[in-house]
Amino acid sequence: MGKYLLKKILISIMTIFVILLIMFLLLQFMPGSPFNDDKLSPEQIEMMRQKYGLDQPVIIRFFRYVANMFKGDLGVSYSISANTPITTLIARRFPVTMEIGLVSLCIGTFAGVVLGLLSAFFRSRVMNVIYSVLTLIGIAVPSYLLAMFLSYCLGFRANLLPMLYDVRDPFTTSIMPVAALSFMVMAIIGQFTKAEAMDVMNSDYVLLARCQGLKNSTIMVKYILRNSLIPVITMVGNLLVGLLTGSLVIEQMFSIPGIGTLLTQAISSNDYNVVLGLCFLYSGMYITVRLVLDILYCFADPRVRLGGTKS
Amino acid sequence: MKKVTEAASVYVPTAEDFVPVSSERKTDTSAESVGGSRHDTVKKFFAQKSAVVGVVILALLVIMSIIGPYLSGYDYADQELDRSNLAPKVPVFSEMGFLNGSELLPKTTGDTSHNRYEELGISDVYYIFGTDSLGRDMFSRCFMGLRISLIIAVVSTLINLFIGMNYGIISGYFGGMADVIMQRIADVIGSIPTLVVVTLLMLVMEPGMGSIILALMLSGWIEMSQIARAQVLNVKEMEYIQAARTLGAGHSHIIFGEILPNIIGKMITQIMISIPAAVFLEAFLSFVGLGMPPGSCSLGTLLSDGFKSVLIHPYQLIPSAILMILIIVGSHLVANGLKKAAE
Repeated sequence: MGKYLLKKILISIMTIFVILLIMFLLLQFMPGSPFNDDKLSPEQIEMMRQKYGLDQPVIIRFFRYVANMFKGDLGVSYSISANTPITTLIARRFPVTMEIGLVSLCIGTFAGVVLGLLSAFFRSRVMNVIYSVLTLIGIAVPSYLLAMFLSYCLGFRANLLPMLYDVRDPFTTSIMPVAALSFMVMAIIGQFTKAEAMDVMNSDYVLLARCQGLKNSTIMVKYILRNSLIPVITMVGNLLVGLLTGSLVIEQMFSIPGIGTLLTQAISSNDYNVVLGLCFLYSGMYITVRLVLDILYCFADPRVRLGGTKS
Repeated sequence: MKKVTEAASVYVPTAEDFVPVSSERKTDTSAESVGGSRHDTVKKFFAQKSAVVGVVILALLVIMSIIGPYLSGYDYADQELDRSNLAPKVPVFSEMGFLNGSELLPKTTGDTSHNRYEELGISDVYYIFGTDSLGRDMFSRCFMGLRISLIIAVVSTLINLFIGMNYGIISGYFGGMADVIMQRIADVIGSIPTLVVVTLLMLVMEPGMGSIILALMLSGWIEMSQIARAQVLNVKEMEYIQAARTLGAGHSHIIFGEILPNIIGKMITQIMISIPAAVFLEAFLSFVGLGMPPGSCSLGTLLSDGFKSVLIHPYQLIPSAILMILIIVGSHLVANGLKKAAE
């Protein structure tokens, strides 16, 4: 178990460094420059490059960047809001994205588990139709289309909900973005939970428990619920990626001041440092979540623990 | 080993017993054993209504992406600025009072109905899906966009399949140190979020079809390789592989003649899952401003253009959104059908 965790942690750390190096090298080949203002003379541009240390060789800059990173310094923005440290920029916007992402993930997971379990337990015609329609919509309609549809119908035509995000009123203004994002989560988790629950319900040990005369509720909670929910943990990591991608577009659509809009801005204005910092943040988040989920899974499922490796 | 000695006590083998069987006969036997189950799978697949619906949807989409851009008589890139923002008008329906080129325009004084065809004096002209803000025919544009998106998705998925399958098979088949090293490399690459890879790559390269395909390729093959490897590990110790090995078959024969035909079903299912994901990512890139260059069109650019005018002219978004949904639904149904048929 300890060996397994150590291996996972080492791989995660290595991955972060590889990502950093790849990103850094890639950005060197990026066309355009953060200082493309016609009013700047070549001498002034040269001065700016010197000021930010862009005239140094790539490898020196890379090590300087990594060294600064350990001090919690990701450099400063060149063009979006000049000279603002990137950590400040991110710190200002990160909570908004996190809030919307986490709320969507929680609501979606909960709704999905409920939907999956209900449709596995009550196999009536009505339940089946509800389940099929909801999962098909969630899987087939991308979150940004759903967001467009919601904002057109509820926001624009019916005038029920505000169409743009407002920091002063985060609750009502984030209903639509959260709804759009959590629908996909619900559909995927719902399908997965149903398949798992059906597997468990048809298994020999549940049959044995029934034969032994255990109460239905005991079987439900102790056998079916526990065994069908553990695998759901693995799904959350994959869903997080989908949420990240989805939230980038959704944030733009509802003009939410999160890191998604920051990334889009940084991309269009060639602000290397901001792009680098955000990509690093995204990768770091993704890797951390995967690591945490691996550890959780390890605790929840003894087979992983005993087997040493999971493959 | 033990079996051989037992057999030897009864039967004294001659030199001819250890000559590898000619490749002709070997392929014959493997085709026979695999062919039967494959025929079954196909039958089971087409016995499912939903799978057939999925195949029909996908077939229609492919056909329309080939002929669609030429049906309306307008080129997808031709701009006619005085015919901009025309609402959809369909020949038969317009007599019946809907889809007749009128649209409700939201104004501060309330919604008012407009028919730009009549205002422009071109009542005899029909644009089935309407026109966009530059007066380009939406019908041609939608199916042209569908074509570009499908090409991007299919090409990138096939390249992913090729790379991922080879990587996975080599890693799973040879095992040992090669497997460990290859899996660690795949682990590292797989932990980089697709979003980050695609974004960075699109920044560095010129926007266009080639770079989108490359970006989708860099992150997509990992999943393929994982599935291929898992399948190889399942199949590797089966009796028929051991039999082939005992008969003296080489690695290449075992991999391509015995293993490949038996894992290809899972790979096809994975293709059907990857194609909509690629369409999805392409659309995402257009939204962020890293998609196809202005002028060309794909479902992504159509969707993001449509989004800009959705509040005033919602019809500019609806057809491309429906096409996108149809691609996903079609592939989903086919993938589900394949999974069920294989069980």
